[in-house]
Amino acid sequence: MNRLKTFSRGGIHPPDGKATTAGQPIKNAPLPARAVVPFSQHIGAPARSLVEVGQRVEEAQLIGEATGFVSASVHAPIPGTVKEIKSLYLPSGVKTEAAVIELDGAFSRLGKPIAQRDWSDLESDALLAILKEQGVVGQGGATFPSHVKFAVPKGKSCEALLVNAAECEPFLSADHRLMLERTEDLIEGIRMVQRILQPQRTVIGIESNKQNAIDALIPHAKREGIDVVPLKVKYPQGAEKNLVEAVLGREVPAGKLPIEVGAIIANVGTLISVCEAVRDNKPVIERVLTVAGGAIAQPGNIRARVGCTYRDLIEECGGFTEEPVKFISGGPMMGFAFTDLDTPVTKGTSGILALTAKEVNAFTQTSCLSCGFCVNVCPMGLSPTSIFKNVEHERLDEAASLGLDDCVLCGSCAFVCPAHIPLVSAFRAARGRRRRLSARNRG
Amino acid sequence: MTDQILISSSPQIHAPLSTRRVMVAVLLALVPAGLWSFYLFGLRSLAVIGASVAAAMVTEGLLNLVFHRKQSLGDLSAAVTGLLVAYNMPPAIPLYIPVVASVFAIAVVKWSFGGLGANWMNPALAGRVFVFFSWGKDMAHWTLPSVTGLDAITRPSLMEADVVSGPTPLGSVKVALSHLPQGVDGPMRLLESEGMPTSYLDLFLGRMAGSLGEMSAMLILLGGVVLILMRIVDWRIPLAYLASFSLLVWCFDGLQYGMGFFTGDVLFQLLTGGLMLGAFFMATDMPTTPLTGTGKLIFALGCGILTFVIRRFGNLPEGVSLAIIFMNIWVPLIDRWTKPSRYGASA
Repeated sequence: MNRLKTFSRGGIHPPDGKATTAGQPIKNAPLPARAVVPFSQHIGAPARSLVEVGQRVEEAQLIGEATGFVSASVHAPIPGTVKEIKSLYLPSGVKTEAAVIELDGAFSRLGKPIAQRDWSDLESDALLAILKEQGVVGQGGATFPSHVKFAVPKGKSCEALLVNAAECEPFLSADHRLMLERTEDLIEGIRMVQRILQPQRTVIGIESNKQNAIDALIPHAKREGIDVVPLKVKYPQGAEKNLVEAVLGREVPAGKLPIEVGAIIANVGTLISVCEAVRDNKPVIERVLTVAGGAIAQPGNIRARVGCTYRDLIEECGGFTEEPVKFISGGPMMGFAFTDLDTPVTKGTSGILALTAKEVNAFTQTSCLSCGFCVNVCPMGLSPTSIFKNVEHERLDEAASLGLDDCVLCGSCAFVCPAHIPLVSAFRAARGRRRRLSARNRG
Repeated sequence: MTDQILISSSPQIHAPLSTRRVMVAVLLALVPAGLWSFYLFGLRSLAVIGASVAAAMVTEGLLNLVFHRKQSLGDLSAAVTGLLVAYNMPPAIPLYIPVVASVFAIAVVKWSFGGLGANWMNPALAGRVFVFFSWGKDMAHWTLPSVTGLDAITRPSLMEADVVSGPTPLGSVKVALSHLPQGVDGPMRLLESEGMPTSYLDLFLGRMAGSLGEMSAMLILLGGVVLILMRIVDWRIPLAYLASFSLLVWCFDGLQYGMGFFTGDVLFQLLTGGLMLGAFFMATDMPTTPLTGTGKLIFALGCGILTFVIRRFGNLPEGVSLAIIFMNIWVPLIDRWTKPSRYGASA
């Protein structure tokens, strides 16, 4: 076997925790009797509410329209009555308005035959308009609106479409299952995005621990002229800039987007949403996510409507077998800790994890030992310890000159740090302070 | 439902390592060499180790107390420093000397620069060098390992001193070289002509006079390899240190025996003195070594070269402590020269 491709700097091997969920088919979660639907489920401006309290909505009806350039539409996941518009915090810390819909009336789509749209003569602009209308956003975690991401800026061209099938976050296996169970939809989604971007080549980058998915993809990929590139299992293989380096051998210049080197990246879940939006005229009102962690009785992948609570899904997976010490929305490396089990599922929820003390390994922080572990693992070639020491002394410009803004917050440094220094949160906060300071100095 | 839920910023999971676990691993890796010193010198060795570790921990604890700092004894780094100080002491050392060395190591070298991780010089080595130049005679008074641990327990009077004095192999060679007899082609023959024949196996196992923890190359190697496998010690440092030192010995050390180039006795030089302890446990001290792999290589090469230069040309038989301390001084510069290549910087 030839050597697997990977990124050149750093990287870590956290315990992967995927074995329990990757082998089981996706289950359908029960439909929620009540759905809490945030208007801000994406990066950018929140959608503007189109509904009022007491109003009846149909399944898949547009209830929030995209405002501004970077924004996404929001649809009703269930038919029913809007009982309340409330404001809440999502695990990411984003404060948002949300429509609370109580189930009543008939589903207009669920269980009914769906008329398929023939998209064979649709052009790029028409396809982008559909993605905007159906509220498609990146489902790998960043939730960037797809109709903006796939609109190539003037003067640039997309040389390569990279399908991010690395799924390098421990525990998560939703993309893996989707590749096995929805192979043809994935390929069709890829073809739609190819139509939009007109790339010279399309590459699926996938970590080699998903051999059955690789085998499933290859015949389809061959037919469509798509390359399937198995990648070394190493975190953060699926971080955009590292994926670009691993697959194309090019580095995205600091502070720029991958399109600078001709690449646009789309993740597996997103492409399936693209396929459903275009072909089935279906907005993003449900997604597949992983419910796992040592404290979950029957971990698995589950297809859930937006707006159902984390509590519902954990109960669907058998509840807890042992005391969890930490709840995470997303993956354990970049996800958010939360306490409120009534938090709703959004378009960006890739996983719900309930971890045990043994999995978390929390210790008290000590001073930096200058061991250099963080330097060895940084996939961006930074020296986290040096940046941190400058941040601690509020020398933010010095920290920036050492690459504070290049950090992708992957968490590899903080994962290995024997002194348990919260490097990622220090960097995130320092960036915010520096931005505010420079804004104040300009004003 | 649970009422104790952790909230933190990402990452939400962590490798099982902590500062305390690093220190516990280092302590455990040092245990075999300590047991050997107990076997050779009995309670005497325990007394030195105990005094030195206790002095280091009491010093750190008191300083924290007096200056209202968070108590840091739990990270066990002071215990490691104390143990390494003890391992650098001759067995018959008066106990106040390791105590002074430990106090100096913790209070002056470690604490005054900001405590754990902030010191720029290896504290244990600094402590050793401090007392070496203060009590030179005691620090060069060696004991032959004729007393076994069991004897010392049954005959406590042995604790006191009447033990047999005798030089270390490196020390005897250094002295004897000034009046090199005819027909001696290397250090092993030289020791034989001095009436102290020894074998490489004795040197490897540690059947010789020396500091408490430095004698058995085999047991130090054992602990060192475990730390390398645990990724706590970077293999580059011991490897580059020993390799560069060996190369220089092989090339040039034969010259002082009237032999040609490339005749040096590498094995003798590797197995004697503090080299093994230094290469695996002193030159690998995290705060006082460079951050990157390349930096660590440069650092270790420097240690190897300097150790050779001091052993060969210096007045003292030993060169390891001073070589490592000298290289500690260069660490900030080495770090500046060996910054990792940043992603996207060249593009």
